Parts: sequence; C-alpha cells; structure tokens
Amino acid sequence: MRYIRAFRDGATAAALAKRIAAAADPAREYHLMEFCGGHTHAIFHYGVENFLPPNVRLVHGPGCPVCVLATPRLDAAITLAERPNVTLLSYGDMLRVPAAKGRNLLKARAQGADVRMVYSALEAVAVATVNPDRQVVFFAIGFETTTPATAHLILEAQRLGLHNLTVYCNHVVTPAALKSILDAPAVRQWESVRIDGFIGPSHVSAVIGSLPYEAFAAAYAKPVVIAGFEPLDVMQAVDMLVRQLNEGRASVENQFTRGVTRDGNRTAQALIAEVFELRPDFEWRGLGSLANGGVAIKAKYAAFDAERRFAVETIASRENAACQCPSIIRGVKKPMDCSIFGTVCTPRNPIGSCMVSAEGVCAAYYKYRRRELATTGEP
Amino acid sequence: MTRVSTVLVDPVVVGEYLIVHAGLAITRLDVEEAEKTLALFAEIAARYQDAGVALHPRLS
Repeated sequence: MRYIRAFRDGATAAALAKRIAAAADPAREYHLMEFCGGHTHAIFHYGVENFLPPNVRLVHGPGCPVCVLATPRLDAAITLAERPNVTLLSYGDMLRVPAAKGRNLLKARAQGADVRMVYSALEAVAVATVNPDRQVVFFAIGFETTTPATAHLILEAQRLGLHNLTVYCNHVVTPAALKSILDAPAVRQWESVRIDGFIGPSHVSAVIGSLPYEAFAAAYAKPVVIAGFEPLDVMQAVDMLVRQLNEGRASVENQFTRGVTRDGNRTAQALIAEVFELRPDFEWRGLGSLANGGVAIKAKYAAFDAERRFAVETIASRENAACQCPSIIRGVKKPMDCSIFGTVCTPRNPIGSCMVSAEGVCAAYYKYRRRELATTGEP
Repeated sequence: MTRVSTVLVDPVVVGEYLIVHAGLAITRLDVEEAEKTLALFAEIAARYQDAGVALHPRLS
C-alpha cells in the first residue's frame, strides 16, 4: 500500500482543491472528459467532483471496456457458448452485460452453456490443457491494457500446441476512439457536448506510452493530461489541465510519471504488433463504427481465431428503446435523463451496459449519488 | 492468492513495485517518480494549507 494510500490523503486533496480554485478563471468554464472508466470510478468513489469549483466540470467518457462492446458481438459470444462442445471463458464484468432479447452470459450458463469466469487471460491455458476434448474459447475484450495478455495467450497456445484453444477477439483501440470522439460524423452531435481537454487513461498509457496522444492533442488543439487512478492523481491532472487552458496550450502532459513513460511498454507493444492488426473499422456499442477502432488476429495466427474456426456471425440487433446508454457514454446525457435509470434499470437488473460494471457511468451514479439525487433532485 | 505474470516486465527483482492489470504486470512502478510526485503534493499541501482561497460552499 506504500504507493497507494499516500495518493488518497484528504488534507492534500483539500490543498489541491484550493490550488485548482485559485487557478480556475471564474469568467470561463472548463469541461474536462475523463476517457477511462477507471477514472470515472475513482471520481465517484472519492467524491472528486465535490472538490472542484462549479465551473470545472467533468464529462464522463466511454472508456469502460464492457460498456462499448457492440451487442451483436456479445450475442455471437452467447451463441458460441451455447454450442455443446464449447467452453467460453470471460472476464467477470462481461457476464451480466445485457445482450439482445434480455439475454446475457449468466443466463446462458443457467440454461446449460459452459461459461466460466476468469480473472486473467492466461487461465485459459490451464482450462484448455485439462479439457482436451472441449473447444475452449477465450472471450477477449478491453483496451490496450488487456490486449497484451491476449497476445501472450495466443503465443502460449501456439508454443504448447493447444489446438482446442481459440480467442474471440474484441479488443478496442484508445487513440482511434479519442480521435473519433472529436471528428466522426456519427458523433457530430457531440457538438452539444463541450470538451476542452482530456484526462488520459493510466493503465492504457502504461502500455502505449504518452507518445500516441501527441498528434491528437496538436491536431485537435485539446490538451491531454495522463493521470493515475488515485483521487489525488485525478485532482492534480485537473489542475494541470486548467493551467494549460488558461495559458492557451494544448500539450500532452503526464501526471502519472510513476507508471507512464513517453514510449510505454515496448515489450507489450511488440506482443500486440506480433499477433494483432488494426481492423479498418470496428463497431462500438453507443459510438457506432470507428475507423481503426479495434484489432483482429493476424492471418498467421488464424488457427487460434474463434471467428475463423467457428465462422462466427454477427446479426444486427435492436437496443432497448428507453435505454440512454449511447448518449450517456458520449457525455450528451446524464443518467437522470434516462426514464428507466434506477427504476427498471438497476445494477441487479441492468438494461443498458453502463449499469453493469463499476466503471460504468450509470452504475457509478446509482451507487454513489442516487440518494443525493433523490433529496436535491439535482445532478 | 493471485497469480501474476511478469512476462511484460521481466526481469523483476524482489522489492520492486509492479502495476498489475487483469493478471499481468503491465509496468514497473517508478519509485523515484512516485516520491517526486509525493514531494510535490507535500509542497502544495504546505503552501495552500492556510491559503485564503474560497472553496465551493459544499466544501466549507
């Protein structure tokens, strides 16, 4: 805990709050988007917004891994799991994410599908080894934080000759998403959302480094400050963004110097480059199709690609019409703007993907601000 | 007990801090940089402790 607790100190938070209040120009507004769900969670858990002046606003972004997986791909995973000879391995958060027709992986399991939860991609090796007569499929999701683990898994499967192990690859790419947030036609309606700067993700950046954000910051004239996941990290990043905006700068700065370098983890990048290639476009739940928005398994590792082995089909499906998750992850709406938030849609019975994981915006509002909303009626 | 792979950060020596995400250490925690950040926080805390900055009513 040596380098965790110290970054949660209340007295320092109060001092940082004063420093931000002193720097923020009362004549202007600062709209800062935290891209990553890990930050969203920290912001709500520690009440960071209560420490900020009213003209410094945080806009919660789409960086919640289970929130952005397109429904047809989740449906395809469920269909895969329902094959009699398939064992599907998934990260726990994914099990309760609603798919088409109110289905999810947990319900599929209750109906007899062999769906198992794993904490790490590498657990798939053991499962495939002890179940040689089962087709073991790892349901790979997430950003660049989990992509290297999946790459390593595929190389291990090849090295060990595990012919019953495949990966259903749904990994997504952060810089493409950031770019698309500001320029894709599908997200032009974002103009109704103002974003002056970005709090950059910590673990994604530990892998990819701060370099990939530089072209983005320059091209869109938006500052990016990469921040750690603890509350003081987020507050210092806000302070750095406010100062950049005051000075009219749009640079990439790194608050999380203890975990992120400009070049990132070269070993991890090499693993990703060995196994994966960019998809020309990839569907994100709530954001639509993003150019270079995801990665696929290269042809040379086709033997480990579940999409090729099982000829996985994705069929377009309709979302629940009342669910506002697409607007919520784009920052256009708040959970309270959704008619089913907290009534029909709750963490126990999530209708939209944002209500499932601790990193989802609706789940965070439900857990930390529901009572406050009930008493004041204000966000 | 959680098993963590160090394949992305090898070689690792006892006493180092690692940042772990879903079963893989994704990077080494740079202790020197962490101390620098904490020293900066201490400086900010000392400077703003008694600063007469009006905080939002929620905080005062």
